[in-house]
Amino acid sequence: MLELLEKTAKHNGLVLAFALVGLVMIVSMQLSRRLTFGRVHGSAIAILIGLGLAYWGGIQTGGQKGLADVTLFAGVGLMGGAMLRDFAIVATAFEVQVVEAKKAGLVGAVALMLGTVLPFIVGASVAWGFGYRDAVSITTIGAGAVTYIVGPVTGAAIGASSEIMALSIATGLVKAIMVMVGTPMAARFLRLSTPRSAMVFGGLAGTVSGVSAGLAATDRRLVPYGALVATFHTGLGCLLGPSLLYFATRSLVG
Amino acid sequence: MIIYGTALLAVCHLLGIFLGDLLGALLGAKTNVGGVGIAMILLICARLWLHKRGLMPAQTEMGVAFWGAMYIPVVVAMAAQQNVVSALRSGPVALLAAFASVLVCAGCISLINRGERPAPDTEADAEARVATQRA
Repeated sequence: MLELLEKTAKHNGLVLAFALVGLVMIVSMQLSRRLTFGRVHGSAIAILIGLGLAYWGGIQTGGQKGLADVTLFAGVGLMGGAMLRDFAIVATAFEVQVVEAKKAGLVGAVALMLGTVLPFIVGASVAWGFGYRDAVSITTIGAGAVTYIVGPVTGAAIGASSEIMALSIATGLVKAIMVMVGTPMAARFLRLSTPRSAMVFGGLAGTVSGVSAGLAATDRRLVPYGALVATFHTGLGCLLGPSLLYFATRSLVG
Repeated sequence: MIIYGTALLAVCHLLGIFLGDLLGALLGAKTNVGGVGIAMILLICARLWLHKRGLMPAQTEMGVAFWGAMYIPVVVAMAAQQNVVSALRSGPVALLAAFASVLVCAGCISLINRGERPAPDTEADAEARVATQRA
């Protein structure tokens, strides 16, 4: 009986993921309403529960993909994987108001540029502070502070050690998680209420996952504006990391 | 038919990712450059074009709207497969670098957004407008 149930679950991974996420959503919506009286958005709680499940999965299996490494829940990997994530993000563009997006075009580009250079400088300074003195390590850790994809791409391009790469990925991951969890709480401070502000946020906060989850938990209508800019973030970082930023770092630390 | 909407979304998605890869290869960035963003722009253009010609019945729109609405559940599933364990165990360099860069960026976002002319665009106003435009 139990075996049969397990077989059903294993053979219908994606469908099981739909049911599981639905359950997580119900629980979060109830928690949001009953415990916080709607002050903390249900989606924010759902994302926190998701991260909690990922931690549990990581502890259980020792793998790198959180809950998706548990064979029973492999379908979560498909549902939350890059393919469906990007598909759903593109679909949100259906609600974008062209006039609003155009109005924020320039400020979005400025935010994008700042969102790449500022985290890099901060990350590189922290690396310097912890005693890293070679340009390759400093650049790789700095790039990780941009996003967790820019880090390893940059590191691979300039020949960083795997230990530094892991550190760089971890930096980006911690940042993404902080953005996911912190955005709804900081929404008022960030003045996150208009399409323009969402685009500034998308450019500066970086990482599509962090931005999209943070905005989803703050105000769903802002998601497409933030995502539209954030999606260029990783590309710009991968472009500048191994080139301009590396050369600049090398000329500074010799 | 609903599938027309989903198919339109799929075509925009594929074309956008392809163009993003192409752009990345041309720039030598070794990664996709803005593929999802290009796909979004394509979808916006397609919607405007089809709408003008009356080729966008509500049924077709539902084929896209469903996936837009599935966005938050997908993000929850995405959160559930992050490498949280390694992020939490990575030690002070990663934590400090991430925390400091988040702080700097948050300050910057706040600064830029405070510069937005608040004149007719009060918070409630903008929200109402977004809502009506969506409808």
